[in-house]
Amino acid sequence: MANVFRVGNCAGFSGDRVDAPAPVVDTLIELGGPCAVFFETLGERTVALAQLEKRRDSQRGYEPMLERLLESILVRCAEHGIPIIGNFGAANPPGAARVIARLALRLGMPELKIGVVYGDDVRERLDPKTHEVYEADTGLDMGGGEIVSANAYLSAKPIVDALKAGAQIVVTGRTGDPSLALAPLIHHFGWRYDDWARLAIGAAAGHLLECGAQITGGYYYDPGYKDIPDPANIGFPIAEVDADGHLVITKAARTGGLVNAQVVKEQLLYEIHDPAHYITPDVTLDFSQVTIHEIGNNRVEVRGVRGGAAPQKIKATVCFDGGWMGEGEISYAGPNCLARARAAAEVLLERLKLRKLAVKARVDLIGIASVHDGGGGTRWRTYEGGEPQDIRVRLAVSARTQDDADQAAREALALYCCGPAGGGGVRWSTTPRIRTQSYLMLPSDLAPGCRVQSAAQIAK
Amino acid sequence: MTQADDTLVSVPLHSVAHGRAGDKGNRLNVSVMPYDPAAYAVLAEQLTEKRVLELYAHRGATNVKRYELPLLPAFNFVIEDVLEGGVNGSLNVDGHGKSNSFILLGMQVRVPGKFVRAVKPAKRT
Repeated sequence: MANVFRVGNCAGFSGDRVDAPAPVVDTLIELGGPCAVFFETLGERTVALAQLEKRRDSQRGYEPMLERLLESILVRCAEHGIPIIGNFGAANPPGAARVIARLALRLGMPELKIGVVYGDDVRERLDPKTHEVYEADTGLDMGGGEIVSANAYLSAKPIVDALKAGAQIVVTGRTGDPSLALAPLIHHFGWRYDDWARLAIGAAAGHLLECGAQITGGYYYDPGYKDIPDPANIGFPIAEVDADGHLVITKAARTGGLVNAQVVKEQLLYEIHDPAHYITPDVTLDFSQVTIHEIGNNRVEVRGVRGGAAPQKIKATVCFDGGWMGEGEISYAGPNCLARARAAAEVLLERLKLRKLAVKARVDLIGIASVHDGGGGTRWRTYEGGEPQDIRVRLAVSARTQDDADQAAREALALYCCGPAGGGGVRWSTTPRIRTQSYLMLPSDLAPGCRVQSAAQIAK
Repeated sequence: MTQADDTLVSVPLHSVAHGRAGDKGNRLNVSVMPYDPAAYAVLAEQLTEKRVLELYAHRGATNVKRYELPLLPAFNFVIEDVLEGGVNGSLNVDGHGKSNSFILLGMQVRVPGKFVRAVKPAKRT
């Protein structure tokens, strides 16, 4: 492969390992050549949680680990001309830019050019009553809650514009996840915005990398069946793309994990509906003819990605106030614990009825059946396997008010004295809930753009 | 458990294939890839949309669509209405349904013994 551009991923979600970025940047510097890194830290509802945070404090609402994620790499990336791109702006890209600016000043880089992408916040532009509902979400009950946030999935273009304007780090809010990796490729190779074949390679690279360690053995690891080296020290992924559209996936040097054909296949189909029509804001991807080839140690080539025209409409996700969730848990262990746990579960459900609390409830017997069970608890009710030794009973409720959620959750607390026998380790909590629904907007509904300023200007 | 022959054995799909689940709203996708590409055909006969729908019926699933990718080879199952309203509406501990790939991987299949993955004992610490 000649004229290779490398894109490294430094985070796959909000909550990822904060020591992941340094080995990626070390590797890119050692390899030399043009490259960029990106952070994907904004899930479907992360933006709503960030919006709630911003409501409490107007300065916040960006990725909470932002400083920790950037601290070890910001200087070296600037010194080696490695642009950093991240959707860590969440609900407040200008707020994130201020944090980065202050970090840059502290690290002695007042001239660092920071780009901020705007225009994804469409609360003033989207009307849930008139805009078309995204087809996967039709029929969802939004419960009539007020709108917390509305964000459109922006394309790579505003990021490319920021890079063209000299940005060394680009902060976005909601944008297509693959667009974060595609943008530096468009910028480097000068791809046209209707060069679907090449855009498809870049977007595929973004799709494969956007979940970090999911393509380097992390989420793949299944002891005995799919083993990996050093799972506590998994290296994050790097994609190599050349001008002809070759795409190779590899990872940071001197790290754990692995890149093989199996893990690349798992990530290729992750969160995919029709593999022949995977829609991103920049290009529609067709994975139906893809083949995967192990071409070296931790090096996998992806061939056959095809591209079609970008969608006519733009997806926007609206988050509504979804009331409250209450949770209460208690443990039973040792002889006859299954019978005691089942009894506790039935008592909890009966208590909610007796108290006429306005809640929807579910109970799990963690250790017997929980994550695979339906809301009705058929699996723990009908369980006939061996006698377990340790079970945690979990009550979860949804309610309009925090008080109802709290009162229901406290019924688990009451089991301390009210029995059954031997219950211990109660925890209970309430958390605000967000409901999301996606809509389709026209490009003319949006006005995205970018602003590039120095750290010194932003920090003023 | 390895049988390098054509004798049919009943095993969980997990012994023959690997996969991953992802969510989009109230919709789950589960990919399935046989360890041995030669097992694709026999799995295609058994991993029918109807059987997969039955596996997720207790979770409220209403429809299953199977996409075939014989070149990888892989299947992609798209399972509708299985996430109790999605990550933001569900009361499940795992609102994303990320653990739900292992519902499908727990399905019993009948395959030639040569397709069953040899298991290395997991390390105990």
